[in-house]
Amino acid sequence: MTIAAPATQTKPAGRSLVWRRIRRNPLSFGALCVIVLIILAAIFAPIVAPYDPDMPDAMAAFESVSWKHPMGTDMYGRDQLSRIIFAARVDLSVAFAATALAVAIGAIFGAMVGYAGGWIDNVAMRLVDAVMAFPAFVLAMGITAALGNSTTNVALAISITQVPAYLRLIRGEMLRVREMEYADAARTVGNPPWRIVFIHLLPNCLPPLIVQATLAMGFALLTMAALSFIGLGIKPPQAEWGVMTAEGAAQIVTGEWWLFLFPGLAIMITVLAFNLVGDGLRDFLDPRMRGIR
Amino acid sequence: MTALLQVRDLRMHFPLGGIGALLSQLRGEPERVVRAVDSVSFDVRQGETLALVGESGCGKSTVARCLLRLLNPSGGSMRFGDIEIAKLDAKAVQHLRRDIQMVFQDPTASLNPRLRVSSMVEEPLMLHTDLGPAERKQRALEVLEEVGLGADLAERYPHELSGGQRQRANIARAVATNPRFVVLDEPTSALDVSLRSRAILLLEALREKHGMSYLFISHDLATVKYLASRVAVMYLGVIVETGATHEIFAKPLHPYTRALMAAVPVPDPDAKRDSFVLSGEIPSPIERHTGCRLRGRCPLAKPICAEPVPLREVAPGRQVACHMI
Repeated sequence: MTIAAPATQTKPAGRSLVWRRIRRNPLSFGALCVIVLIILAAIFAPIVAPYDPDMPDAMAAFESVSWKHPMGTDMYGRDQLSRIIFAARVDLSVAFAATALAVAIGAIFGAMVGYAGGWIDNVAMRLVDAVMAFPAFVLAMGITAALGNSTTNVALAISITQVPAYLRLIRGEMLRVREMEYADAARTVGNPPWRIVFIHLLPNCLPPLIVQATLAMGFALLTMAALSFIGLGIKPPQAEWGVMTAEGAAQIVTGEWWLFLFPGLAIMITVLAFNLVGDGLRDFLDPRMRGIR
Repeated sequence: MTALLQVRDLRMHFPLGGIGALLSQLRGEPERVVRAVDSVSFDVRQGETLALVGESGCGKSTVARCLLRLLNPSGGSMRFGDIEIAKLDAKAVQHLRRDIQMVFQDPTASLNPRLRVSSMVEEPLMLHTDLGPAERKQRALEVLEEVGLGADLAERYPHELSGGQRQRANIARAVATNPRFVVLDEPTSALDVSLRSRAILLLEALREKHGMSYLFISHDLATVKYLASRVAVMYLGVIVETGATHEIFAKPLHPYTRALMAAVPVPDPDAKRDSFVLSGEIPSPIERHTGCRLRGRCPLAKPICAEPVPLREVAPGRQVACHMI
């Protein structure tokens, strides 16, 4: 009985350990807060935004930064701040959809080929090499150019460029965990192969996948903005950071600096935040980092 | 008494990979293999514990992995009742798991870190029985209780258990479906001495209660002496001696068994000891051995030892593979 008493206290101790380790990395924690803020702003855009993002106002075209319009207005007199807030909806949801699709496909097929091994693994890895041989952005451009640049196709194009990375990552993890003794134990109990792969082994491959997916969210966002910037992504009337940066870029020479600066900053801050959170997660989930610092 | 499990001439050869193997294949030499298990035969009777002893690397665990079909043996037969284990397809092997289970050596590595103890014990019940979720839970808790893990530990994750508790969880998983035969692959070697004796008592109690048979793989002779009714001694992929435990411990016949027994420390400074010592190192399992595999190290070796040496019955229930006996 004296042994049971301290054992029951492990839970709260573990929770405070998690909190201590989060506080040790204030930069990533700050970045996480920024992401949460942006997501909240996107969800509650109609409440947060001061103006209707698509309402033109001929009297207020090209207004500079002021209390009335904190980020100025564009050539149609639309409020830039409201457009940036509404654009977060499109940007985040497309980046998230693309990443989720890529993670799902990569994890499922990566787990299967990694567990199967042999020629299946070989064929799959050569296919992955072939896709990865294309520069990701050129591939995404090609896909949206071929399929037409609807929002769905943009998400699809970004996710296709990302699938190989996840496939390779999970396949590598699978090679490691399939040799673990608990994999043998799962076989010994009488699990069919699909249960061994998806119930026993894949959950043990997830930490690096979560890190990779967080880092890739930033990259997906960047790819999407870049596609929109060159006109192969989201189409112009829609408020989207890449589209807005492209429109603003045309005004650099005439001196309306707020038009490209603020959407560009929105992209930069969001991508940076996702990267910092990804880095923080990597340190957080890596057992070798435990107890260091 | 009929045997529950009959293993005959079991062989497990692992091909050598790499450039060297490829070159020798190009030169037309016979394929080089690691003979981890080379013609092993033994019986396990209903309700008995057969111990398989031998030093590290002699092929004990490979035999176990063949029996569970975690490896596909290169040859030989393994009859379990009327089932030929060596010939089953993957689907039939899954069904066989209800009757043949295994407890692994490392209690930590053999537990999935992301499964709670109770769901781990429920899993074999879900796979092999028609019990509903509530009955499974009930049965899992019963089994856990039986191995000495209370309901408060059932909802924990493996890392929240101690080493002894983890091994109990492993044992619970193995016996959940009331298997007829359990392979214990050095189940106590990762435990400290006090936990070891408790685990041994638990295993013995479970066997008596459920009438299971054990194949107990170990290099810990003190444990073997307590738990096993018969012993098979393995050396370099072959069995060199089998017999009843008390007979083998009282009078080991094969030189390897003698050396093994002589190496066990006895807690009595005045005890008379057989000071039988082997010289040299274990030869490579890659070489093809014709005669007795021990002859390079054996103080009794004679020229005849280069001849093939089968297991011979020297007394009822006692077999030895040695020309000198």
